Amino acid sequence: MKRYSFLELAKNAFSAHQNWGRQWRAPEPKAEYDVVIVGAGGHGLATAYYLAKEHGIRNIAVLEKGWLGGGNTGRNTTIVRSNYLWEESAALYNHAIGLWQNLSQELNYNVMYSARGVMMLAHTVHDVQVAQRHIHANRLAGVQNEWLTPEQAKEYCPPLNISKNIRYPVMGAALQRVGGTARHDGVAWGYARGADDLGVDIIQNCAVTGIRRSADGAVEGVETAKGFIKAKKVGVVAAGHTSVVMDMAGVRLPLESFPLQALVSEPVKPAFPCVVMSNTIHAYISQSDKGELVIGAGTDQFVSYAQAGGIHITNHTIDAICELFPHFRRMRMLRNWGGIVDTTPDRSPILSKTPVQGLYVNCGWGTGGFKATPGSGHVFAHTIAKDEPHPINAPFTIERFRTGRLIDEAAAAAVAH
Amino acid sequence: MLLIYCPYCDVERAETEFHCGGEAHIARPSDPSQTSEEEWVEFLYMRSNTKGVAAERWRHIHGCGRFFNAVRDTVSDKFLKFYKAGETMPDLEKISKEAGK
Repeated sequence: MKRYSFLELAKNAFSAHQNWGRQWRAPEPKAEYDVVIVGAGGHGLATAYYLAKEHGIRNIAVLEKGWLGGGNTGRNTTIVRSNYLWEESAALYNHAIGLWQNLSQELNYNVMYSARGVMMLAHTVHDVQVAQRHIHANRLAGVQNEWLTPEQAKEYCPPLNISKNIRYPVMGAALQRVGGTARHDGVAWGYARGADDLGVDIIQNCAVTGIRRSADGAVEGVETAKGFIKAKKVGVVAAGHTSVVMDMAGVRLPLESFPLQALVSEPVKPAFPCVVMSNTIHAYISQSDKGELVIGAGTDQFVSYAQAGGIHITNHTIDAICELFPHFRRMRMLRNWGGIVDTTPDRSPILSKTPVQGLYVNCGWGTGGFKATPGSGHVFAHTIAKDEPHPINAPFTIERFRTGRLIDEAAAAAVAH
Repeated sequence: MLLIYCPYCDVERAETEFHCGGEAHIARPSDPSQTSEEEWVEFLYMRSNTKGVAAERWRHIHGCGRFFNAVRDTVSDKFLKFYKAGETMPDLEKISKEAGK
């Protein structure tokens, strides 16, 4: 792999940057792999990368029905944070925060992780109590999170409207300084390049159409648009389409897929220093390095695989943004889009073995999977390589819906569903 | 936004008048003491999450307040049939064939 450096940049300037070469190959699938990963989004590519790097399994294919990073990885609002309520979640999301710190160096690829702070607003007495409960729980679990008064919140984020005469006045905020944003495409591309360099075959435009099982029930391989591919281990990381893929192996999951929308404004000069989110009035907003305001809306209320969503959902969010940040009222929106998110009943993910030998699943990230990308891939790779969960993802089983040990993060999930 | 027909009010109204109640025809176990853990898991949590034609419940919260069922294609979001609560599940395969799916 050609390492990217200042020297390379200078050298390539002489040839007008025409000779950088491809970042990853476009291989045809082999007849057999040790591990097949279904889905080349951030989580799938990270899984392949850590399998190859830390577990020495290099005969891996990542199959993608579209193009890599073209699903929810390319559609999310790029927020990174770890201020979840329960210890299990704290361990999982904090593991990711740890990996985010050095990810650009690790991958030799600028993922533009920017710890600019994530501020979650409280607008009612109930919000204040919930936020403070989160802060105390976070402090005990070693997760950084702190309480701000409305004045402190305004100092941290000057555009914020803290006047008392709005419909839902700001009564305070929880701030996680280590939270922030990262470049979503960069994360997928960085992992893809790193995995490809370690010998992983990333096969795009190759939809999985079936999962073949032997007479004793174990996985034998996958049927694809490019023929049958043999593999003793298959990891499904298919986000909104997980139910569809797992149905091919006869496994039912506690998932529902909803459209989640986001939109961006026209680009403007730096005007917004951090990430602000509000559960109560359903809005979150940050500014990308290109200058666009990146705004996240809620999910539609019904199961859908149409990557769209109702316009009244985004309108609702824009109402809230205009009230909280009056000086954005005249900005024009450039694009909006939807992605399909797979939600679990307790709003926590499933990173787990399945009842089928050799079949593993990483799903249920719902409205907030991007932040966990490195941690999720890291522990899921461990789960596949060792055929047993990493201590961090051991609580995130399918079994928990039978035992009742749910990890209820409905309040921390931040998006209305 | 979807346009939804309420079979009780006999009117078509905007989606914001309704609340979606999720997958339809999931029967609550009739004898809880005789219901196994696996059956509870299936009832409480497992969902078909169909990509394609599926039956779901809606409630006309800002109208008559009653639950009814609808058949919708989850890929196009197009409604194919509305029917009252308590009626048996229609033949989804037939409905999707008629809709040209």
